[in-house]
Amino acid sequence: MSTSVQTLVNQPYKYGFITDIESDSIPAGLSEDVIRVISAKKNEPEFMLEFRLKAYRQWLKLVEPNWAEVGYPAIDYQKIVYYSAPKVSEKKKSLDEVDPTLLETFEKLGISLSEQKRLSNVAVDAIFDSVSVATTFKEKLAKDGVIFCSFSEALQEHPELIKKYLGTVVPVADNYFAALNSAVFSDGSFVFIPKGVKCPMELSTYFRINNGESGQFERTLIVAEEGASVSYLEGCTAPMYDSNQLHAAVVELVALDNAEIKYSTVQNWYAGDAEGKGGIYNFVTKRGLCQGVNSKISWTQVETGSAITWKYPSCVLVGDNSVGEFYSVALTNNRQQADTGTKMVHVGRNTRSTIISKGISAGHSENSYRGLVKIGPKAAGARNYSQCDSMLIGNQAGANTFPYIQVQNSSAKVEHEASTSKIGEDQLFYFTQRGISMEDAIAMMISGFCRDVFNQLPMEFAVEADKLLALKLEGSVG
Amino acid sequence: MITENSDVILSVNNLTATVENTPILKGMNLEIKAGEIHAIMGPNGSGKSTFSKVLAGHPDYAVTGGAVSYLGQDLLALEPQDRARSGLFLAFQYPLEIPGVSNLDFLRVSYNSKRKHEALEELDAFDFDDLVHEKLGVVQMDAAFLSRSVNEGFSGGEKKRNEILQMAILEPKLAILDETDSGLDIDALKIVAGGVNQLSNAQNATLLITHYQRLLDYIIPDYVHVMANGRIIRTGGKDLALELEARGYDWVLEAEAV
Ligand SMILES: Nc1ncnc2c1ncn2[C@@H]1O[C@H](COP(=O)(O)OP(=O)(O)OP(=O)(O)O)[C@@H](O)[C@H]1O
Ligand SMILES: [Mg+2]
Repeated sequence: MSTSVQTLVNQPYKYGFITDIESDSIPAGLSEDVIRVISAKKNEPEFMLEFRLKAYRQWLKLVEPNWAEVGYPAIDYQKIVYYSAPKVSEKKKSLDEVDPTLLETFEKLGISLSEQKRLSNVAVDAIFDSVSVATTFKEKLAKDGVIFCSFSEALQEHPELIKKYLGTVVPVADNYFAALNSAVFSDGSFVFIPKGVKCPMELSTYFRINNGESGQFERTLIVAEEGASVSYLEGCTAPMYDSNQLHAAVVELVALDNAEIKYSTVQNWYAGDAEGKGGIYNFVTKRGLCQGVNSKISWTQVETGSAITWKYPSCVLVGDNSVGEFYSVALTNNRQQADTGTKMVHVGRNTRSTIISKGISAGHSENSYRGLVKIGPKAAGARNYSQCDSMLIGNQAGANTFPYIQVQNSSAKVEHEASTSKIGEDQLFYFTQRGISMEDAIAMMISGFCRDVFNQLPMEFAVEADKLLALKLEGSVG
Repeated sequence: MITENSDVILSVNNLTATVENTPILKGMNLEIKAGEIHAIMGPNGSGKSTFSKVLAGHPDYAVTGGAVSYLGQDLLALEPQDRARSGLFLAFQYPLEIPGVSNLDFLRVSYNSKRKHEALEELDAFDFDDLVHEKLGVVQMDAAFLSRSVNEGFSGGEKKRNEILQMAILEPKLAILDETDSGLDIDALKIVAGGVNQLSNAQNATLLITHYQRLLDYIIPDYVHVMANGRIIRTGGKDLALELEARGYDWVLEAEAV
């Protein structure tokens, strides 16, 4: 293809600044002692330390997975700092007491934590280098019995709930990165929606990586009791460093009878520069358990950042008639690599799942969809519909689809559709010949391509997602 | 009617162009004035579509010499979208399909980018809807086509009609229609030709590229040019088309020894 499609990418990453703030870190390296230090620093209950140590011992026996379509130099786990927190002596009661530098940082990211300027119907938990610095609307939510707080706080105030649910969806030894996370995670969000309660507002966690040497290990746990429902959104950004940072998070969702959890992600970690230097390794385990009958878990993700993304938000459909959904847009540009998809594990009867995946690859990037649909022997009447579409921009990008289907019940119905398309130079010329700029042309085509997924996002964020993709591709053609 | 001092819309002077280093246009000369209709005919591969795409600014083609003036400006210095916004319209021989983008959105963004260029206020979705429905009549197209993706799954003839709908909305100064007649059935040909005639007036101009005299029964050209091997080798009135229809191209080629 001629030069015009190859003048590749990038609107400079506008979240790449570093906040200068004193932090409380421990030296790099990982051992049982380090884990004891982390647990002690956080003043954790005994069961938590045991959980961590068990995970660590399992991790030592596991090997790093290498089946994904991604390549990166070996990670030296002894060079990573496993605990780094902005120096705040204790979690502040009121936002007025939060370090203004931190408030400013979030302000700059477009996340207002100050009372006046908050998004009216969204409660925010702001996490800076894996430590929660502020949670808004807590009191208001508490009136309905909704718990929305940092993970550390939950361990202090609701240890029985954590003990009951932590590790029930993603066991400590589930996989290499999940085991590592279980051993060293520093903070994250905890959400609990009691029986019969529809959470009155969107909940959202905003993750910010700041430190260049520390790994990022958050833990999120969301529990919706019988008949409860919640919509939760996470957003992520990080500064630009020449080195790579490891981000290995674990998210667990539990939905009891008739409960519904909608989990949306807009992931915009720093992706590295055009030559592939720097950027986040985003190795994340996300899984939801539809434990109760008629329960529903829906994952929507817009993945645009990170040097490497390795992520398969999954649903285990145990309850009869439970529903799992996965809606994904993964965009890669320059030298980014993404291997992402989902697992839908049908255990109960009449369970249903839907997978809509849209991969967009530009530049020299690699974008793979990897998905498993498993219908167990007892899942009579189970149904799955999967649709995986790839779009290529330019001639150097790659797209792959790896669907795995395992059916052990003959009454199940599984459908899979896939397509690959390409934004061609002639299509772009068609737009420009009608007076439409290249940028608008790409934005229109991408937006059309992603519509089925964006329609699933909470309204406030759908527009953002559209803009984000357009920004990411600006200059990728033209 | 053509008068001596009509405004010159397009003036092409000894234009040469290559694609992937192969010369295709080898010295094109052409002048088009306001109110005129020109037709270019010529054997397959003679460079007719190339000429139209070079004028529109397709990035695959490199201009290697000559000059093109359009409404008094240096056309070749303009970006493709600016050429379009200043009224140069190309109805493609093979209109592209754009999945996921509705015909209506495409038309509106296109129309508004032209309005913006002319420092006019952009039309909102409602006003634009009215405009489109009025223009659908020009090509007798069903409104159902508006909600479909641009050209996706359209039949060959429907795509051509859609091009003329776009033209009707954009009201170009210079419309270049590249084989808009091929693929049209008899009735559609009449409708499309009627649409083109409705849109042509004393202020604009039309350049038809065609293989068939039949189209010229409906749209009467002021000039007919024969293009061969990257150049215009003969120019005549509408009778030239009839002669070509009857005798083919060989006699012209021999006479011009190309
Ligand atoms: N992008 C391209 N790459 C390679 N060759 C090209 C390209 N575009 C045009 N050509 C070549 O240039 C020559 C002229 O093509 P063009 O499409 O302009 O002819 P035409 O007169 O429109 O023919 P037709 O009557 O068949 O439509 C042909 O030999 C064609 O193969
Ligand atoms: Mg042609």
